Amino acid sequence: MKKLIFPAVLMLMLGSVGILVAGSTITIKGSDTLVRLGQRWAEEYMKRNEDAVIQVSGGGSGTGIAALLNGATDICEASRDMKEKEYKKAEQLGIKPYRVSVALDGIAVFLNEKNPINEFSFAQLKGMYTGAITNWKEVGGNDARIILYGRENNSGTYAFFKKKVLNKEDYSDYTQTLPGTAAVVNAVSKDVNGIGYGGIAWAKGVKYAAVRKLDNDPAIKPSPETVSNGSYPISRDLYWFFNGEPTGRLKKLVNWALSKEGQKIAEDIDYVPLPEERAKAQMLK
Amino acid sequence: MQDMEKFQLKPKSRFREYLGEKIIMVSAFTALIGVLLIFVFIFKEAVPIFTDPEIQEEASLDKMVFKQQYYEGRDPKFSWQPNSEVPKYSLFPLFIGTIKAAMVAMLFAVPLGIGAAIYSSEFASRRVREIIKPVIELLAAIPSVVLGFFALIILATFLQNVLGLTFRLNTLNAGIALGLAAIPIIFTVAEDAMTSVPQSLREASTALGANAWQVSFMTVFPAALPGISAGVVLGFGRAVGETMIVLMASGNAAIISTSIFDSGRTFSATIAAELGEVVFGSAHYSVLFFLGTLLFVFTFAINLGGDMVLVRLKQKLQGKT
Repeated sequence: MKKLIFPAVLMLMLGSVGILVAGSTITIKGSDTLVRLGQRWAEEYMKRNEDAVIQVSGGGSGTGIAALLNGATDICEASRDMKEKEYKKAEQLGIKPYRVSVALDGIAVFLNEKNPINEFSFAQLKGMYTGAITNWKEVGGNDARIILYGRENNSGTYAFFKKKVLNKEDYSDYTQTLPGTAAVVNAVSKDVNGIGYGGIAWAKGVKYAAVRKLDNDPAIKPSPETVSNGSYPISRDLYWFFNGEPTGRLKKLVNWALSKEGQKIAEDIDYVPLPEERAKAQMLK
Repeated sequence: MQDMEKFQLKPKSRFREYLGEKIIMVSAFTALIGVLLIFVFIFKEAVPIFTDPEIQEEASLDKMVFKQQYYEGRDPKFSWQPNSEVPKYSLFPLFIGTIKAAMVAMLFAVPLGIGAAIYSSEFASRRVREIIKPVIELLAAIPSVVLGFFALIILATFLQNVLGLTFRLNTLNAGIALGLAAIPIIFTVAEDAMTSVPQSLREASTALGANAWQVSFMTVFPAALPGISAGVVLGFGRAVGETMIVLMASGNAAIISTSIFDSGRTFSATIAAELGEVVFGSAHYSVLFFLGTLLFVFTFAINLGGDMVLVRLKQKLQGKT
């Protein structure tokens, strides 16, 4: 009997702690691109506000949005806007999505360091990724097959690149999809004829291509500055979604994340902060 | 000991035995019920493909199996592009990818696994055998994600440099890593089958003048064939169902190509990669569960088929001896 008492007491204790905490916990769930920032903000916020408890988890933008719709999370992190289907579903479920941009993100085009090419136009990128251009020769490089690397089709980055650069056309069937930006970077770093794309915070061991939107535009390299001032053409907002306009502790948290202090933390861990006016304009009164 | 005897004499113990037996019985049936329930629930999620007209418009059985003309003025084709403006759900490219990877794995693993089994059971000295056997079986203990990582980082570069391949990540690369996962299964089952061939058979063959080589290949190998084929079938099942290795090492491009130097996308990798963020209840969601059902039925049929072959071979062999 004695052996049973200890686990039973332990369970009871854990259970009651769970109940106590659950009342004041803020849950954040969603995009894997944003999860690192969410965790950092949570840590810093909890240091400053002792009564706040924040749980952050990833799983992807779609997972986070699904959780928001099911009422399973207070805040959903997403690297894309909600799809029309998801807005419809929210309406059916009586959820009123409220969107706040919390940081910016640039999608870099990666090349192997030995590749002689340094810049692309949108038209060239589109041609390559839709399979119309298959040889590096056609964009001014060596006579070799272009090996396309990309993200899995569940990724927000995949969807964003497709919408922004491919004009919603399909990726070439020959695009090799890899789980995670780190895998794409690794593949390109080992493949002289490879090309890939992904968040700029992740790239190590490959070079970034400069990108121009139109053929006459200057080609811009991705960097925190060029993303922040909007001159780098493949950049996007990273969002927090709430159910209805946030009030109380959620409002306090989002206003802090948008404050100078919150945005500075984002910058410190290689995210691109919002321009100050934009951050201010979104703060809740 | 005395305590035990007292214990057993109590009338209460009958009830305990009864209870114990029932508990064991429940655990035996749990697996059975589990398999059944898993199948039912997976299939349930796939059912809208056959019943829901809204989903059928995107992904009917017809659209998954046959060539489709997706855009006016372009040739009909097989294509897997579920997140497109015009979603495309052809299963054919995925089927080719799956079979291609499993075939390469088998071509690599079957000779190695069976060869190692013959050597270990028939030729190796006891000491060598005691090293070989646990080491090969240790291969089974390597997590598949580690094998996948090895293939992604090291094996792919090696193969590309040696063979001068265009695509660094390809079916050959994934197939070899899959083979590494299948070898211990084939080896273990085949080796057990061969060592359990009665010693009398070996002695009789030797008495008739056969040398060690002839004993192994003419007597032991045929006698152990049912067990060996069971190992091969189980290995094939593993190669078809394995997920992490192909997800990391095959490149995952859903193309129609029979070349093993091209990339390939398998059923299992597709489910693993896409289910995480699919919109709940959408056509894509149902199609992924349908893929799961197919995979389930496929591996089930392989195992069942293997089992039937096994039984028949056994009968045949028993009739002979």
